[in-house]
Amino acid sequence: MNIVVCVKQVPDTATERKLRSDDKTLDREAADGVVNELDEYAVEEALRLKEAHGGEVTVLTMGPDKAADTIRKALAMGADKAVHVTDEALHGSDALSTSYAMAQTLKKIGFDLVILGSESTDARTGVLAAMLAERLGVPQLTLANKVDVAGSSITIQRVTDYGFDRVEATLPAVVSVVEKINEPRYPSFKGIMAAKKKPVAKFGLAEAEIAADQVGLGGAWSEVAEFAAAPPRAAGTVVKDEGDGGAKTAEFLAAKKFI
Amino acid sequence: MTVERALPTQEAHDLLDLVRELAGKEVAPRAAAQEAAGEFPREVFRTLGAAGLLGLPYPEEHGGAGQLYEVYLHVVEELAASWLAVGLGLSVHTLSCFPVAAFGTAAQRESLLPAMLGGELLGAYCLSEPQSGSDAAALRTRAVRDGDGYAVDGVKAWITHGGVADFYTLMARTGEDGPRGISCLHVPAGLDGLSFGAAERKMGMRSSPTAQVRLDGVRLPHDALIGAEGEGFRIAMASLDGGRLGIAACAVGVAQAALDTAVGYARERRQFGSRIADFQGLSFMLADMATQVAAARALYLEAARLRDAGRPYATKAAMAKLFATDVCMKVTTDAVQVLGGYGYVEDFPAERYMREAKVLQIVEGTNQIQRLVIGRAITKE
Ligand SMILES: Cc1cc2nc3c(=O)[nH]c(=O)nc-3n(C[C@H](O)[C@H](O)[C@H](O)COP(=O)(O)OP(=O)(O)OC[C@H]3O[C@@H](n4cnc5c(N)ncnc54)[C@H](O)[C@@H]3O)c2cc1C
Repeated sequence: MNIVVCVKQVPDTATERKLRSDDKTLDREAADGVVNELDEYAVEEALRLKEAHGGEVTVLTMGPDKAADTIRKALAMGADKAVHVTDEALHGSDALSTSYAMAQTLKKIGFDLVILGSESTDARTGVLAAMLAERLGVPQLTLANKVDVAGSSITIQRVTDYGFDRVEATLPAVVSVVEKINEPRYPSFKGIMAAKKKPVAKFGLAEAEIAADQVGLGGAWSEVAEFAAAPPRAAGTVVKDEGDGGAKTAEFLAAKKFI
Repeated sequence: MTVERALPTQEAHDLLDLVRELAGKEVAPRAAAQEAAGEFPREVFRTLGAAGLLGLPYPEEHGGAGQLYEVYLHVVEELAASWLAVGLGLSVHTLSCFPVAAFGTAAQRESLLPAMLGGELLGAYCLSEPQSGSDAAALRTRAVRDGDGYAVDGVKAWITHGGVADFYTLMARTGEDGPRGISCLHVPAGLDGLSFGAAERKMGMRSSPTAQVRLDGVRLPHDALIGAEGEGFRIAMASLDGGRLGIAACAVGVAQAALDTAVGYARERRQFGSRIADFQGLSFMLADMATQVAAARALYLEAARLRDAGRPYATKAAMAKLFATDVCMKVTTDAVQVLGGYGYVEDFPAERYMREAKVLQIVEGTNQIQRLVIGRAITKE
């Protein structure tokens, strides 16, 4: 089975994240880049499927040069090779244009199964899997907390508010996974060393046959009109207990509509 | 705080990044609760094993990672800073593999090392006995020729991983009294006649099981012998030269953790209207602690680099063990002082570090024995 797992480098949620004042895009240079956490589950699921059914796992990333670190991490976990889509012209792409660029690349490299994390911690649109499936004309199986493949059929448990749905389709298909579908492995030291020798193909617009006017800030369908820093957290309210502490606390909670 | 480390290779940087991630996510979060409960974290060693950390300074052809001893010690230090039972466990395991790796025949290395270094197995090192600690050459456990192998009888004391290890590197007497009558034997767990005492109830490092290993007519094949008969004491001492550097690295790790705790606390705690860190009397104490930790690290690394360069390093290793563990005792005691009453209670880790430090002045040659070794080396004609 030819599995492609999409991973994204995101700014570390533990560091302060900022938008650039010039073009209102995320300042990716300012923060430490880490693998989007949910994508680690996607990589793990891809590796488990490969271990069970054979085949190959290819990592696909779109992002600046710095995203190479993220590719290395996925390769160290055990993926076989990687494709890094990187081009100045891609800067500022929104979800829709990103899905276009990724779909073009996927058409080029081929796949039986595409696995993604269900959202990224930076933009959190959570729509990429669906958009990719539409663009590729294959079934989408999203929000999986369990994936089973048998021959050319694939079944997932799709997490819902009321429990889960069982969703079945035939390959090729696109799957997005949720947290806790598995326990992502740590790379081993040998894996880290081996990752340095695994092939990483760099694709620019030309290699992936991506039309320049469909991507980047110019090709984006959405636009950030304005932004402002989040207001500093207001100091908390201290309720002094002078025999009426309970009543005052209840009053406060009622005013905030908690009770 | 992340320690700034001058590492020899990019590979070593990658390794330390992995170790820090494992230490932060898999080791440190369990330490306090499992120490309090005295639980041995076998699963943590499996995680380290799967990551390839249980054979770092041994050749790749035998399943090791081919890392410099210097680099391996940085790893021990990082893990010990998170949890001494784990850092010291790694050090003892690595020590237990040394006799086969350095003195075994090609056949023994091929048949034994891949499993010993592969991450699934954990080793123990059996030298001390109830009546012979510092005077290790007085050991009484006997291995007598029996058919084409040996039958072993005796009691080993204070054995780290006793009862939980998968193999035991054993020193036993095969000949005359004294150091020349001792041999080194490889004993897999599970043999008939091998049993264990109850785990010792220790002052600290309670998650690292320490127990007697009892041998009652344990039968070993002839190829359990590592090196020649009578060579065991030399092998044991050569192993301990490297082991002592492991203990020194553990000591620096625990001291660094105590220092970090003290510095963090001193920045936050306010008395008399200012941070206690701003009182010179206290900040000088922190400065001395930091300086001693840095000096101890420099000394064990110096000894390790001599070892890596194939130079004699035993005396430097003894100095590093002596200095680092004394520093660790001092720094952890001072860390408790910096936290005041909060240092003395279990809600903060300072008291645990202080209890952990003490054992490091005792194991793998007490600090009196280190002084003896150093004194002899520098004064011999
Ligand atoms: C937690 C723990 C784990 C251990 N793990 C292991 C292990 O895995 N394998 C193993 O083989 N052993 C292990 N040991 C044993 C350890 O190595 C011994 O405890 C140590 O060597 C000291 O021996 P002893 O306890 O018999 O003390 P003794 O040798 O009886 O010493 C008592 C005191 O006398 C001093 N002394 C002795 N001789 C001299 C001298 N010539 N000059 C000056 N002072 C001297 C000592 O420094 C010490 O202060 C462990 C011990 C502990 C506590």
